[in-house]
Parts: sequence; structure tokens; C-alpha cells
Amino acid sequence: MTAAFDILANASLWEAVLRIATPLIFGVLGALVCERAGVLNLGIEGIMTLGAMVGWLSVYWGADLWTGLAIAVLAGMMMGWLHAMLTVPLGLSQHVSGLGITLFASALAYYLYRLWVQVGDLPPTIEPFRPWPIPVLSGIPFIGQVLFTQMPPTYLAILAVLLVAYILNRTPAGLALRMTGENPHAVEAQGLNPVRIRIWAVMAGSGLMALGGAFLTTATFNSFFPTMVQGRGWICIALVVFASWRPGKALAGALLFAFFDAYQLRLQTMVQGVPYQLFLMAPYVLSIVALILVARRARVPEALMQPYRRGER
Amino acid sequence: MTAPVLELDGITKRFGALTANDDVSLTLAKGEVLALLGENGAGKTTLMNILFGHYAADAGEVRVKGKPLPPGKPRAAIAAGVGMVHQHFTLAGNLTVLENITIGSEPLWRLTTDRDSAAKKIARLSETFGLPVDPGARIADLSVGERQRVEILKALYRDAEVLILDEPTAVLARPEAEQLFRTLRGMALGGLSIIFISHKLHEVMSASDRVTVLRGGRVVAERRTADTNPAELAELMVGRAVSRPVRQAHEAGGPVLVAKGLQARGSGTPLDGIDFEVREGEILGIVGVSGNGQAMLGRVLSGLTRPHAGTLTYRGQDITHLTPRDAVRMGLGRIPEDRHAEGIVGDLSVWENAVLERIRDFASRGFVRRKAAQEHAADLIRRFDIRGATPATRTRLLSGGNMQKLILGRNLAAGPRFLLANQPTRGLDEGAIAAVHRELLQARAEGAAILLISEDLDEAVGLSDRVQAIVKGRLSAPVPAERADARKLGLMMAGVWDHADAV
Repeated sequence: MTAAFDILANASLWEAVLRIATPLIFGVLGALVCERAGVLNLGIEGIMTLGAMVGWLSVYWGADLWTGLAIAVLAGMMMGWLHAMLTVPLGLSQHVSGLGITLFASALAYYLYRLWVQVGDLPPTIEPFRPWPIPVLSGIPFIGQVLFTQMPPTYLAILAVLLVAYILNRTPAGLALRMTGENPHAVEAQGLNPVRIRIWAVMAGSGLMALGGAFLTTATFNSFFPTMVQGRGWICIALVVFASWRPGKALAGALLFAFFDAYQLRLQTMVQGVPYQLFLMAPYVLSIVALILVARRARVPEALMQPYRRGER
Repeated sequence: MTAPVLELDGITKRFGALTANDDVSLTLAKGEVLALLGENGAGKTTLMNILFGHYAADAGEVRVKGKPLPPGKPRAAIAAGVGMVHQHFTLAGNLTVLENITIGSEPLWRLTTDRDSAAKKIARLSETFGLPVDPGARIADLSVGERQRVEILKALYRDAEVLILDEPTAVLARPEAEQLFRTLRGMALGGLSIIFISHKLHEVMSASDRVTVLRGGRVVAERRTADTNPAELAELMVGRAVSRPVRQAHEAGGPVLVAKGLQARGSGTPLDGIDFEVREGEILGIVGVSGNGQAMLGRVLSGLTRPHAGTLTYRGQDITHLTPRDAVRMGLGRIPEDRHAEGIVGDLSVWENAVLERIRDFASRGFVRRKAAQEHAADLIRRFDIRGATPATRTRLLSGGNMQKLILGRNLAAGPRFLLANQPTRGLDEGAIAAVHRELLQARAEGAAILLISEDLDEAVGLSDRVQAIVKGRLSAPVPAERADARKLGLMMAGVWDHADAV
């Protein structure tokens, strides 16, 4: 049993938690932005896959890593635009459209990959992000390694949490977005256009999701394969509920899940005689438990999943 | 008279075959309170939605201080100083008062919100116009009256000079409504111009300077309030003389439903040991300010909440642990308080709603006998004069009054021995109210025992044989309607009663 505790004392575990959490943080923020405006975006799984592919391909074709991320964001926003068009002006079922986007974007990603990339025995690779120690701070024992020796997009993810929280809670645009998710009729009665606000919110959220996907191919790994998102998108959808639609809690949720994941990986190698699949399952089971404990008190945006039609109520 | 602040000129609006507004013109002077009077479906709300820019008119023009407003743009209406308080509040329950008021008032791409000066402006407006609110409170925690204040403040915050209120008292209890009209009167004295939409004659008479009457989408009359009277307005509004039916005296029979020491709790005001007795062929009225336990009483008598103490007896049989299914089986009729939530299923057709609770009577071997059910519905439509309905009509499309007639018909068709009528005429217009009253009195004449829960004192006293007041979950002793004058009822509803009057 002491081995299980030794893992906890090791800085490399906590460093891994932040790394594993990064794509989740982007994904959950993206889903949160869409949902606060009243649109459920189940396209997340596909958008993350497409982001992963597009980001990787851009770098493979010679763009630098940051440009690769930017192009991934654009690809995500295009998918977001499609989802928004179907669900907001046309008012189609958000579930059906979202699942459609996931199937379409995943398939498109793999199709383009096979079309444009020669795959031999091993998938081609790129030169990914490297850890970027922050001067001075990274020298602090333990904490330095955990917090300040991460890859640049991880810092960006933390920054994104603060930014999203600020925009939602402190700016007129953020208030308009939240109000659109609560009561779009109120938004219209105040002279703003809830349709336009929802479209922009879904596009922005989808861009964030794609960024999470691109982190997988430009930082965690150095190549693309079609199943690499592995349900992270669905986890993000659950984490939004866990977070009660708050960015700060979303960060906490992403870190918690990443912790379960990093911990079970290490336990697998330590504990003998237990099928490793059991450990693989553990983070999901624990997430469900956490969801049950927290989400019953969640404050759902009142107009979530309700299409807005002018002049109807 | 000074130049009008607002003019509507020849407004016409069609929805398909329906002409909602037909060449409607009206004017509003500075500091004036104009009542727009009309029955449900007369086109009042459509007209105001055109004025505010929710809809674009097919013909005609809206002018504010002489300048035409571009059609279909709420933003332009707000900028021109028109504020609207919608009948169904446009507020976000999870957000604060301040957030609800300030949204849309700042350019979207500003990087900060100036909450302090917003809070100051709200405080100043609250002070000036007598509309106290806490800017930090969450809307969901506020009462309906407070929410309406927020709605009004929202318009004032955007510097409205013309305020439109769509049926502002539909959701308010009487004292709150009176308070609202005092506030509006003060605002008009302060220079604001106000239009309020209503179908209630007494508020039009007491709160307006001028009345414009709309019927079938046209302006049928314009009167100075001082020069008219409720009877004339009622006739103008309905297009014919309407009168509510009058209760005829007759002997009540033996007790049908008897409650002894009933206690029940759940959401809302609990019942704290109530006693009553409804007799054959009589209407027992339960009056009171809303929120004093009426909802719980309704739930208990429909079998939705079980009392935890006391007994309920129906024709000598103990039904304390009533279930909705028992109620149907034993012929206990129920007209629920909220017809949309509990009375009907809007997306189902009229015939489905008509037979829903007695579906077994219209089924054989697991299949619905559609023909029989539809015939039954057609029969109800005929007998209860449900207008605008065929058995296949989607029930949502009926007006409130006709929906209520459908619910009444469904309950009365089988000749129930007991009927619970919970706020049966809330939100209905004069013609529909008269029809509902007629049906209730007819059922009484046929020997039904009716428990009428109403906040409308005129209705309760007019229909009931005996009246009891409900106060904080307790019931006063019953008094005969003949002796229930305004003073006595006021005392009863304030919780002052003695048992000497009991009958």
C-alpha cells in the first residue's frame, strides 16, 4: 500500500496531471461557452479529432507549431458554424446535429489524413512542443517541476480559464451570452440579436474544442491517429455539468479527472494480479460518482437546448 | 392638447388568413395614461408588439415625437424612448436584478462593465419612481410583484418616455395591482406616457385617462375615462351586452365532501387543520389572498398530495388517501389552477384531451376507440360551446376561455357529484367568465357540490352559497354569501373571524 502513497509524493505524477488535463480544459471551456449561450454541442468529439488532425497536418506541411494551433482553431470554428446554422436559425435538434457533426468531423479528419499523408508502417511524425520552464519559478523544488515546467499550450489553457471567466462575468458581451442561454426573449426585448450571439458563441466554443484536440497531436504525441481523442470530448460534456457551468469549477473538474487518469496509469505498473482494464475504467467510474455528488445542485442555463424562434414563446 | 408623443397610424397586420390588426390608429399625449381595452384575441398584444418592433406591420406607421420608427427593430424603439413590459416577463431567473436591467445598455465589445454607476442609476430610479429592488438579488428569488418592478426599471433604465405594459396585472394579486397603478399614476405625473393593455374593466376605470377599445383587430371606440362607465365599456368590448348569470336561491342537500382537521405540507403554504363541508347543490367559496394555502388545498382534493393528519370523507366514504385515479373513478371533478400545466396537454388534440383521464371507457382490447372518443369530443364542443375547436384541433391553439370550457365540459359531462373549481376564471375575458359561471351554476342546480377557490371576491360572493376565508393555511368559519359584505370579507381574509356567524 505504501507504493500507492509514494506515487502521490512524486512530482512527475502532478506534472502529468496538468499535461493530461490540458486538452480537457480547452474542451470543457469550449462546451461551456456553447452551453452558456444555450446550445449543447455534442460535435465536440469530432471537432477535437478534426482539430488534432488539422493542427498536426499544418505542422507536418511546414507551419510552425503556433500557426498549426491557429489553423486548428479555424477548422473548429468552421464546424461550429455548421452546428450553429443547423441548430440556431434552423432550430433543429441539438442532439442530432451534434452527433452528426461528431461523425462527420471524425470521418472528414481521417479521410483528409489518408488523402494527403503517405502512411508507411509507422505514422509520420512532427517535432512537437517541448516543456518550457519558466525562468526562476521552475527552480522551486517540487512546485517548479509541477507548475512551471509545462508545455506552452498548458499555460495557455490556464490563461484561457481566466479569460473565459472574465469575459462571461465582467463584460457586456459575456452578459449578453449568458442571458441568451437563460432567456433569449429577454435578449431580444433589450434590442440585441440572440441568434447572432448564439452563432458566435458556438463558433468560439468550437474553436476552443479544436485547440484541445490539437494539443494531443502537437504536444502529447507527435503523430495523428483517428481514434486518439478517445472519448475526451464526452468527458468534457460531463465535466460541464460537474462544473455547474462555471469556468473555475470546470478547471477543477478537468484536473480531477486528469488526476484519476494519471494515478491509475502509475498504479497499473505497481499493482500486480489485477487486470489493467480495471484501472483503465476507474477514472470514468469515479467521474460518474463525482457527477452524482455534485451535479444534483447544478444550476442549468434555463434556455439550454431550447431553440429560439422570434415572436414565439 | 400638446403634440402627441406617440402616434400609430393605420397599422394593419395579417397572420395568414387572420387579420390581427385592421387599420388601427391611436395617439398618446405626454403624461397621459391610455388603456387599451379588448377581449383576448382582439389584437392588443399584436399591436403593441408592432409598436415595440417585435413584428413588422404590413401597412401603417409608428411615429415617436413625430419621427417614424423603422419597422421590426426593438433596438430602434428602445433608442426612441419606448419601453415595454411584456405580459410574460422577459427576465433570466438565474441572473441578478442588475444584470437583467443592464443587458444591452452598453456596447457589446467594451472590455469592462461599469457596475457601480449602473447600481447608482438603478437606485436613483427606484427612489424616484417608488420601485424598491435589491440590485444584487437573483431574479428567481423574487416575488412576481418584485419581478414586475424589475421589468419596469429595465425600461426606465433605458430612458423610456413611453411605457407599454401588456396585461400588467394578469399575474398580480389585487393589492399588488393597486400598488402598481399608484406607481404608474406617479410616473405619468412625472411626465411619462403610459399605455396599458387590459381586459379588466375596474382597472381601466380606476387607472386610465383615456380608453381605446379594440375588437376583432379594429378600434371600435375611444372614450375619456371620465365620460364612460363599465357597462358601456363591456358592451363595446364584447360587441353585445354581457351580464354574468345570477345565482338562484335553492335548498342545499346533505353533505357530499367533508374535511375534518386536514393537515398537509409540501411546497408552498401548508394546510394547518382545516374543516369544511360541501353540500349537495351548493357552491362553497374559499376566498383569500394568493399564497395562503389554496394551492395545497387544491392538490389534496385532486389526490396529488396526501394529508398527514385529519380526514376527508366523500359521501360517507373515507377518501383521506385519495389518488388521482380514485378521483376519476369516483366522479370527483377537478378544474386545476393552472390549465396549461395540469388541465390540458397542449400538443394533443381536443379529442385526446377530452378522453384522456377516462381512456379506459374509450378503449377495447388495448386499442382506443377513436370514433367513439371523437364523437364524445364533438358532443362536448357542441354542448359547452367550445369555439374554434374541432375534435382534431391541437388544444394549444384554443383561447384560454375555450380551453377552460373544454376542461369544464370534460368534468361536467359525466354529471359529477363533486367539483373542485380552482381559480376557474383566472385570465379569462368577460364573455368567457360569464360562460364558466353559467356552467358552474347549472351544475349546482343539477345537484353537484362545488368547492370554488377564487381570489376574485365578486366572483366568490356572486356564485357561492357560503364563503370561508383561507388565511395562512387555516379556514375561517363559513358565512352565508348574503352576509359577506366587503368589510366582513376584508376582516375574514385578514384572519379575524368569530364562530357566531357559522352556518
